[in-house]
Amino acid sequence: MCGIVGIYLKNEKLKNSLGSLLSKMLINMGSRGPDSAGFAIYKKEEDDKFKYSICINKLNFDDFKKKIHEYTEVELEKNSDHVILKTSTKPSEMLNILKKHFKDVALVGYGKSIEIFKQVGDPSEVVKKFKLDDYSGSHAIGHTRMATESAITTDGSHPYSTGEDECLVHNGSLSNHNNLRRKLKKDGVNFDSENDTEVAAGYISNNLSKKNLKETLKDSLKDLDGFYTFITGTKNGFAVLRDEIACKPAVIAETDDYVAIASEFQAMAHLPEVNNAKIFEPEPGVVYSWGN
Amino acid sequence: MELDLKKLELRNVNDKLQNLDRKSNERDFTIINPEGNHAICAGLDKEMNVIIKGHVGYYCAGMNKKATITIEGNVGTGVAENMMSGKVHVKGNASQSAGATAHGGLLIIDGDASSRCGISMKGADIIVKGSVGHMSGFMSQSGNLIVCGDAGEALGDSLYETNIYIKGNVKSLGADCVEKKMDKKHINKLKKFLKDAEIKNHKAESFKRYGSARKLYNFKIDNNY
Repeated sequence: MCGIVGIYLKNEKLKNSLGSLLSKMLINMGSRGPDSAGFAIYKKEEDDKFKYSICINKLNFDDFKKKIHEYTEVELEKNSDHVILKTSTKPSEMLNILKKHFKDVALVGYGKSIEIFKQVGDPSEVVKKFKLDDYSGSHAIGHTRMATESAITTDGSHPYSTGEDECLVHNGSLSNHNNLRRKLKKDGVNFDSENDTEVAAGYISNNLSKKNLKETLKDSLKDLDGFYTFITGTKNGFAVLRDEIACKPAVIAETDDYVAIASEFQAMAHLPEVNNAKIFEPEPGVVYSWGN
Repeated sequence: MELDLKKLELRNVNDKLQNLDRKSNERDFTIINPEGNHAICAGLDKEMNVIIKGHVGYYCAGMNKKATITIEGNVGTGVAENMMSGKVHVKGNASQSAGATAHGGLLIIDGDASSRCGISMKGADIIVKGSVGHMSGFMSQSGNLIVCGDAGEALGDSLYETNIYIKGNVKSLGADCVEKKMDKKHINKLKKFLKDAEIKNHKAESFKRYGSARKLYNFKIDNNY
């Protein structure tokens, strides 16, 4: 099943309640995905530094802190078992450092405005653990998972990073992911799990180097076989795509202040003025995007 | 009687309506704050009027028998699925599989219905004032599907004996679905439906009728055993 949610603010006045709005959406969608949850929050860049969202798993934070300073200058912000690492070190270099010297940690996302947190457990526990209610930002997407294609693990949880300031959440299942994974590996794309969505994320990031987001998503209609509703987060907004059979649900609510998307309307019932919002279902095979 | 889903448990509200006290004369109910909950008013089987003020989730008014249920908002997947009789009126839009497998009764949707509207319907009448999505009327067996707007891809795929009337454009017809002649009797029947649904801006004569060409496997006597 899985639940997906997203909210994009058109108006700055709701910026400080972004976290609490998303948190209620995720908790509600716990009924569609009780195994794990995750979210990506976008905040306007404060400076020119990169932010790396890292799940340190069972590694001791102090040990990690000590070790990372040996390689590069960073500021660290701990949030439960995740760390936001701020640095001017560029992704090309930083990704190498992490891969070479920090095999126990998982990089869940990076960019100048994105922060990703994801973990196994009941969504209501996960959002509490990461104090999602306290977060502010411009837009956010989230996911609650009912595992089908791979095990219940942190690296099987969504969102998946698809590149700098980009991520993907997915409701559905892909049937040609093994084949596609093999092809993408030849193109030099790395995969950390057996998960189907990670393949879609890899596919999107690989194609984004050649085409824009809208074209990439349109191409995925022919290259990805299976059922899906995707939400892809980007630095400036998000985009939504449902496969052409459209078995996987999605409903969008748009007001003057925000655009929200969720697998079911009930996840949005608490949003301000939602009963006066323009409510519609994204049509199958059509890319919808906001802020891009 | 007003039933507030912010204060009452959905289970209790449904239970009350499903087990209506016949001795009381209370037959009019208003449900407020539905907040997208699933299966609101599922399984009602007595004559009563229920108005739901707001948007609802999946399977609203499912299996309805005799009751008249009005939803002043949008509905999720499978509104009035397997309805037996009665009337369900959606004032907003409907998600996919509206009126799926419905045996009888009348389903009116003021807005649009998405994919698979009237899938496998078995005798109900469905009137959509807006448009319907792809694969509407898929394998439908009996009854009428009337659409004042457009129809998406593969309309009436593998159709049996349902009559489909479309005013607007049909993106494509499904396997074995063909356009059929509108006879006087069809026009008269449609006129009655349009009147029942208080549709004044569309003339029955301007609709096109679609039905089964009866050429698929099931229709060939040689395939009997």
